[in-house]
Amino acid sequence: MAEMTMIQAITDALRTELKNDEDVLVFGEDVGQNGGVFRATEGLQDEFGEERVFDTPLAESGIIGMAVGLSTQGFRPVPEIQFFGFVFEAMDAVAGQAARFRYRSGGRWHAPITIRSPFGGGVHTPELHADSLEGLMAQTPGLRVVIPSGPYDAKGLLISSIRNNDPVIFLEHMKLYRSFREEVPEEEYTIDLDKAVVKREGTDITLVGYGAMVHTAIKAAEELEEEGISCEVIDLRTVSPIDMDTIIESVKKTNRAVVVQEAQRQAGVAASIVADIQEKAILHLEAPVMRVTAPDTVYPFSQAEEVWLPDHTDIKEKVKESMNF
Amino acid sequence: MVFKSPVEGIDEKFEMIQILNEDGKIVNEDAMPDLSDDDLVELMRRMVYTRILDQRSIALNRQGRLGFYAPTAGQEASQLGSQFALEQDDFILPAYRDVPQLIWQGLPLYQAFLFSRGHYHGNQMPEDVQAVSPQIIIGAQITQAAGVALGLKRRGKKNVAITYTGDGGASQGDFYEGVNFAGAYQAPAIFIVQNNRFAISVPVEKQSAAKTIAQKAAAMGIPGFLVDGMDVLAVYKVVQEARERAINGDGPTLIETLTYRYGPHTMAGDDPTRYRTEDMDSEWEKKDPIVRFRKYLEEKGLWSEDKENEVIETAKEEIKAAIKQADKQEKQSVTDLMSIMHEELPPNLEEQMEEYKEKESK
Repeated sequence: MAEMTMIQAITDALRTELKNDEDVLVFGEDVGQNGGVFRATEGLQDEFGEERVFDTPLAESGIIGMAVGLSTQGFRPVPEIQFFGFVFEAMDAVAGQAARFRYRSGGRWHAPITIRSPFGGGVHTPELHADSLEGLMAQTPGLRVVIPSGPYDAKGLLISSIRNNDPVIFLEHMKLYRSFREEVPEEEYTIDLDKAVVKREGTDITLVGYGAMVHTAIKAAEELEEEGISCEVIDLRTVSPIDMDTIIESVKKTNRAVVVQEAQRQAGVAASIVADIQEKAILHLEAPVMRVTAPDTVYPFSQAEEVWLPDHTDIKEKVKESMNF
Repeated sequence: MVFKSPVEGIDEKFEMIQILNEDGKIVNEDAMPDLSDDDLVELMRRMVYTRILDQRSIALNRQGRLGFYAPTAGQEASQLGSQFALEQDDFILPAYRDVPQLIWQGLPLYQAFLFSRGHYHGNQMPEDVQAVSPQIIIGAQITQAAGVALGLKRRGKKNVAITYTGDGGASQGDFYEGVNFAGAYQAPAIFIVQNNRFAISVPVEKQSAAKTIAQKAAAMGIPGFLVDGMDVLAVYKVVQEARERAINGDGPTLIETLTYRYGPHTMAGDDPTRYRTEDMDSEWEKKDPIVRFRKYLEEKGLWSEDKENEVIETAKEEIKAAIKQADKQEKQSVTDLMSIMHEELPPNLEEQMEEYKEKESK
């Protein structure tokens, strides 16, 4: 087993699937010779050739539209949107086309496309690089949205996403790319999509999060432990569809929940989870289910991002609010 | 001014290609396509049939027996001349008005009616028809066509992707992206712009400072042609040559066909008298693709009134039978939709499926 960063685990997953399945094509802006702006595709063009791993003209709608077209010829496209804020350029191709390709052809065609894209705050990017837009994707029927929280999950989830026969939006939090290493098996393995995982067991309250916020929640949980509050932390892994069974099971045990997301508050993934918890488990609740989110503004210029982004102290406060309710 | 733009005068380079003029005379003998008498008769049969289908579809729509419908009369030469140049395994990515191409490629008529009625079976292309259903979003099919074409190239197939849009569609970002991608990859694609002068109501002159849409090919580094879209022989020939280039590895072609839709944009309340004059309508009706081809074929002794009446009667009977068959189709349910959308039903839909099964059983 090797120690890998998340970006290395992603490259490893791409290499694994390029080897396994000759219909897998990896393409996007700068993914060829340059190996991607984060080096996610480092060395892949040399290894698999320009027909399998290639640069595209600089046009996001064109990239995703092309992926839809390639699907009809039996290919399994893995396009990259260089930063997820650029997906606005491709919203029709993603939400209007790829997401409904199976339905609108009555099942004659399908779109086994995995759109990879970096996102997430805290790394001082310019505008429209860091935005958490998973809520837009989660509200689009026909798309799966997968967000790994570390290297091991990234490899297993990416392989599962590529093998899935429907479109997957695979979002990679930039802050996690190189911030820590994990043991990652060199051989292939998959992690089930649509399933959450309990990252830390606890008895007093359930914290639900995904992506980088899983680590923020764990940090809060560790500090709260010292204060005598035991937090269970759930990592969603797939944010659409949401594995409510795992969440409800936990809430029935802890009777309290705080849902954490880096995205803005209104109409997001957290809002959906809160609604489902109260519909399915209201009689088990000792306190209102609370949310920790960013405010309902656009993502700020980088000078304001440290305050804008939710942190572990925000989570601790909400947990105490719930405990003291 | 010291500098003169090198593209000055480029629009004059794009002269309209015509083989058969309005009087039914061949004006460009050298360009005559290699079509047998049977082929010529078949082209005429398809155009006449499609005109009747259009008339019947409009009537059926008015009776409330069809749903969404975009009239096709006037555009038969553009639609069917281009389709006639295809092989069975070529891939069609149509816009919403381009149902006739699908029908002549093999989509059963009753399915075309189901498409109009909003039943998913109408979008389900038969196994031997390589096509997606008509695109509603203007231009989305153009980037997809680049992908289909690149896929065909990578598979080593001797086939093309052909896609259709209108003059308005040529203003969309996806038009430039799709055509440019195909050019960059030298993919075997044919981009047809049926310039029928109006994007619903906005005249083509307001879409762009460019005098032709064909000239936009120059910016993408690929061949572009301006064709008389009322001349079925010219459309056929230019598309057939584009197809040859494509399968020989010489990349995509952009083709603008000058045409006109006699009817409204769709049957959903568009009133062309708000943006077109009767003079304009009658000027274009003089260019009618069927009238001029009829003259040409009659002169050659290949067509007669009897023959035409026979085609009309057959069309009417087949349309009647197809509507009957469409009527027999069970109504699409929400549970159908839920089960078609994904390969595996996601957990949220599993729950909702139960809810709707109950709702639909009532």
